[in-house]
Amino acid sequence: MNIYPYISLIPLIPFIAFVLLGLFGRKYLNTLSGIIGTFALGVSAFLSLATAYQYFFVDGKVDGVFRQMIPLKYTWLQFSSNLSIDMGILLDPLSVMMLVVVTFVSLMVHIFSLGYMKGEERFATYYSFLSLFTFSMLGLVLSSNIFQIYMFWELVGVSSFLLIGFYFEKPSAVAAAKKAFIVTRFADLGFLIGILILSFHAETLDFQTLIARLTDPQSSQLLSITTASFLGVSMLTWGLVLVFAGGAGKSAMFPLHIWLPDAMEGPTPVSALIHAATMVVAGVFLVGRLFPVFVFDGAALIVVTYVGAFSALLAAIIACTQTDIKRVLAYSTMSQIGYMMFAMGVSGKGGEEGLGYMASMFHLFTHAFFKSLLFLGAGAVIHLVHSNDMKDMGGLRKYMPITHITFLIACLAIAGIPPFAGFFSKEEILLAAFHSNKLVFFVALFTSGLTAFYMFRLYFSIFWNKETKPHSDSHGEGPISMRIPLVILGAFALLAGFAPIAKLVTPDGREIETHIDVLFSLTPVLLAITGILLALRLYKKENDIADKIATAFGGFYRSAFKKFYIDELYLFVTHKIVFNLVGKPSAWIDKNIIDGMMNKLAEGTAKVSFEIKGLQSGKVQGYALYFFLGIMGLSALFIYILN
Amino acid sequence: MLNDFFILMKQELVLLAILFILLIIKVGNDWSNERLLNVINALLLINVVAGFIMPAEGALFGDMFKTNGLITLEKNILNVGTLIISLQSYSWLKNHKHLSEFYMLMLSTLLGMFYMLSSGNLLMFYLGLELSSIPLAAMANFDLEKRKSSEAAIKFILSSAFSSGLLLFGVSLLYGTTGTLSFTEITPHLTNAPLQIFAFVLILAGFSFKISVVPFHFWTADVYEGSPVAVTSYLSVISKGAVLFVFVSILYTVFKPLADVWYNMLFLLSVLTIVIGNLFAIRQDNFKRFLAFSSIAQVGFILVGISGSSPLGTASVIYFVLIYIFSNLGAFGVVSIVSALTGKENISDYKAFYKTNPLLSWVLTIALFSLAGVPPTAGFFGKFFLLIAGAEQGNYVLISIAALNMVISFYYYLRIVKSIFMDPNEQPIEKLTVPWMPKLALFLCLAGIVVIGLWSTIYEYIYSLSIGL
Repeated sequence: MNIYPYISLIPLIPFIAFVLLGLFGRKYLNTLSGIIGTFALGVSAFLSLATAYQYFFVDGKVDGVFRQMIPLKYTWLQFSSNLSIDMGILLDPLSVMMLVVVTFVSLMVHIFSLGYMKGEERFATYYSFLSLFTFSMLGLVLSSNIFQIYMFWELVGVSSFLLIGFYFEKPSAVAAAKKAFIVTRFADLGFLIGILILSFHAETLDFQTLIARLTDPQSSQLLSITTASFLGVSMLTWGLVLVFAGGAGKSAMFPLHIWLPDAMEGPTPVSALIHAATMVVAGVFLVGRLFPVFVFDGAALIVVTYVGAFSALLAAIIACTQTDIKRVLAYSTMSQIGYMMFAMGVSGKGGEEGLGYMASMFHLFTHAFFKSLLFLGAGAVIHLVHSNDMKDMGGLRKYMPITHITFLIACLAIAGIPPFAGFFSKEEILLAAFHSNKLVFFVALFTSGLTAFYMFRLYFSIFWNKETKPHSDSHGEGPISMRIPLVILGAFALLAGFAPIAKLVTPDGREIETHIDVLFSLTPVLLAITGILLALRLYKKENDIADKIATAFGGFYRSAFKKFYIDELYLFVTHKIVFNLVGKPSAWIDKNIIDGMMNKLAEGTAKVSFEIKGLQSGKVQGYALYFFLGIMGLSALFIYILN
Repeated sequence: MLNDFFILMKQELVLLAILFILLIIKVGNDWSNERLLNVINALLLINVVAGFIMPAEGALFGDMFKTNGLITLEKNILNVGTLIISLQSYSWLKNHKHLSEFYMLMLSTLLGMFYMLSSGNLLMFYLGLELSSIPLAAMANFDLEKRKSSEAAIKFILSSAFSSGLLLFGVSLLYGTTGTLSFTEITPHLTNAPLQIFAFVLILAGFSFKISVVPFHFWTADVYEGSPVAVTSYLSVISKGAVLFVFVSILYTVFKPLADVWYNMLFLLSVLTIVIGNLFAIRQDNFKRFLAFSSIAQVGFILVGISGSSPLGTASVIYFVLIYIFSNLGAFGVVSIVSALTGKENISDYKAFYKTNPLLSWVLTIALFSLAGVPPTAGFFGKFFLLIAGAEQGNYVLISIAALNMVISFYYYLRIVKSIFMDPNEQPIEKLTVPWMPKLALFLCLAGIVVIGLWSTIYEYIYSLSIGL
């Protein structure tokens, strides 16, 4: 059976669910709306899997190369005689993989929310917003041209605004939603101008044609965009960098990341959806979509590389100092997306050089599972203790065994311990960086050690450490609808690393031979283990199992850490030096300078607007005077100076 | 010949007929306001429908008056807007003593705009312009017992006279240097002579005054604030739209030889207009004043599109004005209902509006989103197309400033949405019962905001008409 004619149903079904729940949900369907939304998404997820199966394993490949397919396309608007805006669906390995990721994670979140949001007054509204978000995200992924993607891009922004601000009785949630919207909007203006530049010179909005024209050295369009320049930089580079700026906004790359930690005010399942697997990777997706042009230009790709690497490092350092568990996860997301970005950046256009691109996509794929698992796990924890702060947690493993195990799996996966999913994708990224940019490689290596450390700091503080008793009215791990997604995602966090992404998602559509080089893997894995052990030493006090694990690692551990007092030294180094001298200042700069700069900008605008208020005095003679001055000014300028 | 006369001037004649009918009703009868309003709105509906029948192309009176597909379309757009405003003002007009006078004034200005749109000669243009502005001053004074309303009227008539005087000065200078007033004959005589540039600046200032371009915009806020809401929305939507239509066609055809000059002027003026409009809009608490400044910023965006100077520019401007009419009237519609029923006109009064009036809140929100340019509302497409048209000149500084200001405008539109939905309020505006006419108008606006954006035929139709010019 051919699935392609039905692909348009994948985004349409959530859209219908949105309309249905939005219009009738609150009045007529209240408790049913969760089931309806979840069922709709189940159908979408099923169709996506069927599409992926057919594309990857039946007919996507022609002569060993995955081709781009356009199963649906029509001219939506003939904009001018030589420019038309199409609406269509573009299938290639990138979009098919994203289709699976988005629908799958969204389905998990839908199921999880059945229990998590139960009893919420605006339950139906919540599900309608979730459906709207999923619709826009799917539309974004499937877009066949740059205008369409921009439209859905903005829609994603709107729907995430609605979801983050869902608890609108909380002023902090409202502020966070507004901040997320405005900051990403600010970034989108770069995207918008980038689109205008690229499409103006390429004379098309269609991705395939645009890429073909801008990578063909003979084409007149390429000549026009490379010869035009602004401030000494070619328009091609400008266009790409601006498009990337839009992507960096959505993907929370430095310095546009400031909205992400605040956005944690939204309901936790929403964070699992938006801030783990879907919206935040839109930027990576966008770079991937225009990848041939990025590689062709090169200069813009360097920007991508360094912004990615720097964000990865910065976010990891800050994550070590946070005590709000969702904020730790937020920074960790930013750090992991930094990985994906610089992996894109160090990639070449095809063949073995295309490893970085593949690795980036691979990491996007595995990260989606373990990070949404982490968020959902955190949600379950918050559900139990009614607090986001680590200080209120500890020893929870007894009360929530399933959450505990799945959370541990996710932590191991993100730390890059074999054979968990994150190990494989991170290996490929490191390998790609190693072959093309040593500086980035070392940054990545160091960051991966840090990642293991802060993730296990989180893990131990929640599930071990001191004993806390949950409230007597405790509902344990929540209903079964909250446990099932955890288990499923846990299984994927364990197994997703074996997915044959290298064979499927590559820049030129040909498969890449990969093999795990044990010697190469040794360093990052050892670093990760060191990070974990360090976290173990520091945060897993007050219990004896800790000692058992320590003995399992043998005499070396004891002698190294106890006998030579390296433990104390480490404590001193980490707490006094690393935290106080690096971590805290970074967090401070982030909060006060980067964030503050945006605030200052807004304040400045408000101030100027206050200052010029005097002009509007209410006196007509004054108005006439300005009118007259305007005429004189214009005449003088254009008659004497510019003529 | 006589046939031509009736066919080409069909829209003007229908309006005139309606005016006479109103006059006769006023003189001979003592109808209740309710009945009058029903009749008038029915007549306006007929007017809208008649506009679409038998579009014709041609000129009359030695090229004084001309019409074609595009001009007919522009007049139709204005007709639709007028009908919506009339429906929206139902609650306010129902209790007004001078109902038929209000409509007579309004339709006279509309007639003036039609003549202005069809003008083929500077004299005709000036005649239309004056006919479309003097009655407006009387309309601004229509909240008879309010001082602010009279103040608005006086300010409007004084500023308007001032700007007309200078415009007329420009026209006479142009006549002096070219020896003609006919549009088609002026063009070949235009060079970059300083006197002609000066004449052009004066004429440009006249236009800029009407469409509130900075620094010729100062009257806007005071007049908008003081006038009754119906008049404010008429000023900001219909009057502005009509002048914008004429402005585009005159720039693109008559002043084509001066394209280099006016391109740079538009660049300067649009930057000023967007920035100043936005900066003022941030601080306003009076809803009408806020909409006044935000509409100034919108005009700045339109100037960006105009600066593209291509058929794309014409098409995207007309398309945007069409969208702007529906979005702005959506917002004004809610404000006008609230103002008529409760007298409240401040943004802070709208806190927690959603709790008591969910339907009106949604209409207002969607209208504001469309003004801000959030997809999938039509405003998004309109602004995007304006920017594409502007980008044709390759002036990315202008585009960047415009795009940056889109973000600022986002901020203040969102601020209102936030207070409607999220801010707590002890005494929110009570639950309002909206009569069917304003309700219908609001649904028309909503439908417009959704359909005009997504139904591509509308844009394509406008574009196909623009190419011919």
